[in-house]
Amino acid sequence: MVEEIGTTTDGDLIINVGPQHPATHGVLHLVITLNGETIKKVEPHLGYIHRSIEKMCESLSYRQFIYVTSRMDYLSSHINNHGCALCVEKGLQIEVPARAKVIRILMDELTRIASHELWWGAMAMDLGAFTPFFHAFRERETINDIMEETCGARLTMNYMVPGGVMLDIHPNFRQRVHDFIRLFKSKVHEYEEMVTGNIIFQNRMKGVGLLSAEDAISFGCTGPTARGSGVSCDVRKYYPYDGYEQLAFDEVLETAGDSFARYMVRIRELHQSIRIIEQLIDNIPEGDFQAKTKAVLKLPKGEFYQRVETARGEFGVYIVSEGGTTPYRIKFRSPGFSNLSALDHMARGSKLGDLVAMMGTLDLVIPDIDR
Amino acid sequence: MENSQHSNGLKTALPLEGRDAAPTAERSNFPGQVHETPGGGIVLSKLDDIINWARSNSLWPLTFATSCCGIEMMAVASAKYDFSRFGFEVARASPRQADVIIIAGTIVNKMAPVLKRLYDQMADPKYVIAMGACAISGGPFFYNTYSVVKGADHVIPVDVYVAGCPPRPEALLHALISLQEKIKSGKTREQIQVPKPVQAQIKLKK
Ligand code: SF4
Repeated sequence: MVEEIGTTTDGDLIINVGPQHPATHGVLHLVITLNGETIKKVEPHLGYIHRSIEKMCESLSYRQFIYVTSRMDYLSSHINNHGCALCVEKGLQIEVPARAKVIRILMDELTRIASHELWWGAMAMDLGAFTPFFHAFRERETINDIMEETCGARLTMNYMVPGGVMLDIHPNFRQRVHDFIRLFKSKVHEYEEMVTGNIIFQNRMKGVGLLSAEDAISFGCTGPTARGSGVSCDVRKYYPYDGYEQLAFDEVLETAGDSFARYMVRIRELHQSIRIIEQLIDNIPEGDFQAKTKAVLKLPKGEFYQRVETARGEFGVYIVSEGGTTPYRIKFRSPGFSNLSALDHMARGSKLGDLVAMMGTLDLVIPDIDR
Repeated sequence: MENSQHSNGLKTALPLEGRDAAPTAERSNFPGQVHETPGGGIVLSKLDDIINWARSNSLWPLTFATSCCGIEMMAVASAKYDFSRFGFEVARASPRQADVIIIAGTIVNKMAPVLKRLYDQMADPKYVIAMGACAISGGPFFYNTYSVVKGADHVIPVDVYVAGCPPRPEALLHALISLQEKIKSGKTREQIQVPKPVQAQIKLKK
C-alpha cells in the first residue's frame, strides 16, 4: 500500500507525507527524498480519491452529468457547472438569456471569493496561524447563506444547467450581496494586517518555491499559480464567456514567481471579484432565467471543448458525442493536476518545512486532481 | 464503608436521574443513583457512568477529510457552528490522539486500506461517524463507478450515520451529540455485550 520509510543507495532518506496529513488538504500522498533537511525529489502519488467521474459521465445524460462535476472542485462548484453547461450549450447552440448570464457571472465571482477565502484561512493554518481560519470562515459563511437562499445548497450547488440557471434568484439576493460587499470591504483589510504584513509570514513566503514563467508554461500551470510567475493566462480575458468581455476588471499579475507572489495574486483577485460583482449586482436584466430547451438533450456528433476560469485556473470540458443522449467520452482538464506537477520542480533544493508553504500557495483540491 | 462513601461522592457529580433510586424518605432528595446491593459492584457500575460521561464530553475528532464533506466539517469547526462548544475541542491530525473519526468524504478502493490502518492505529475507545452519502453508501458515486467503496462500513464499523450530500453543519452537530448520548447511555458498539444466541428448544409433539 504505502512504501515505508527507507533510504536510497546514496544514503538519502525517503519519507511519506500523506495520504492522511493535514497539510495535503485531502488525501494527497507525497513520497519525498530528503538529503538532511533538503528536498531532492517530491513524487506525488495520486488516486486516493479517484472516483471515476469521467467514466461515470459516459452513462449520464447531458443534464445529469453536471451534478457530478460539482463534486470535483467543490470549492468552485458553480464554475465547474458553468463550464459544463457552456459546453453543452455550445453543442446545441442554445442562446442563453441575458439575465441568466449575469446571474452566472455573479455566482462565479462569489464562488471565487469564497474559495480564495477558504484557501487563505487554510494556508495560514498550514503555516501555523490558526486565527485566520476563523476570520476567513466568518465571511465565507455569509456567501454560503446567499447561495443557500438562491441555490438551496451550501457547497455542491448544481445551479447552472444547460440553457441558463435552474431557478431565479431569491428576492433577497441583491440586498444580501450588497450587505456582503459592505461587510467584506470592512473586513478585508484585517486579512492584510493579520497575515500579509506579518514579518514571519513574509520571511517564510518570499523567495520560496520559485517558479519561472517558462517553467510555469511548460508545466501547464494556470490560474493564480501561473499568474504569480507573470504568465498572463486568465481565461476570462482571453476566451471570455457569458459576457466577461463587457466587464471592467484587471488580470492580476505578479512577477516574482515565489510563494508570496502567488499569495498576493489571490488576495488581489478578491478585490477584482468584488469589482465585477459591483458592476453587475444593480444591473441584472429582467427576463427569463432559462432558455427553452428540450427535455432530453442530444448533442450532435462531434467534439466540443469549453474552458472556464475557476478559482484555481483553467478548467476545461471536452465532450465527444456520437449523437446520442449520453456523451461518448468526457475529459476534464483540471487546473490542480497541472499545478501539482510543478511542485517537484519548485521544491527541489528547498527545506522540508517550506514544502507546506509551497503546497498551500498551489491551492490544491485533491478530488479535482484525481477526479 | 469506604466504598460507599466514595461512591456517594461520585454520585453527586452525576446529573443523571435515578434509574433505580430507592424511594426511601431520606434519599428522595438525593440526585444520584443508589444501588441496594452492597459490595464492589457499586463503585464499578458508577465509575462506568462517570467514565462514559467524561468520554462523551471530550471527543477529539481526527481530521480525516477526503473530499467535499470535509469542507462542511471545517465549517462546523469554524466560528459560526463551533463544535468545541460540545467538547469536540481540537481536531487532531494523528490517529493516536483522536477518539472519533468523522469520515468526511468518499472512500475509494485505494483509500480503504489507509482508512482501516488509521482506525487500527487509534486508541480504544474509538468511535466512527460516517458523514455524507458517500461514507454511507457511495452516494452519488454509487452507480457506474469502478473505484468507489459503496459505504465506509464495508471497511470499518460505524456508530453514527449522517445523511446529506454534504450534510448541513447542523446535521453533523446533531450526529456528534447523538454520539455523545450513545456513549453516555452505554450503547456504543464496544459497550454493548452481545449475548450469545441461545439454541431454541424445539419440542416436537407426537
Ligand atoms: S456525500 Fe456528497 S458532498 Fe459528501 S463527499 Fe460525497 S459527494 Fe461530496
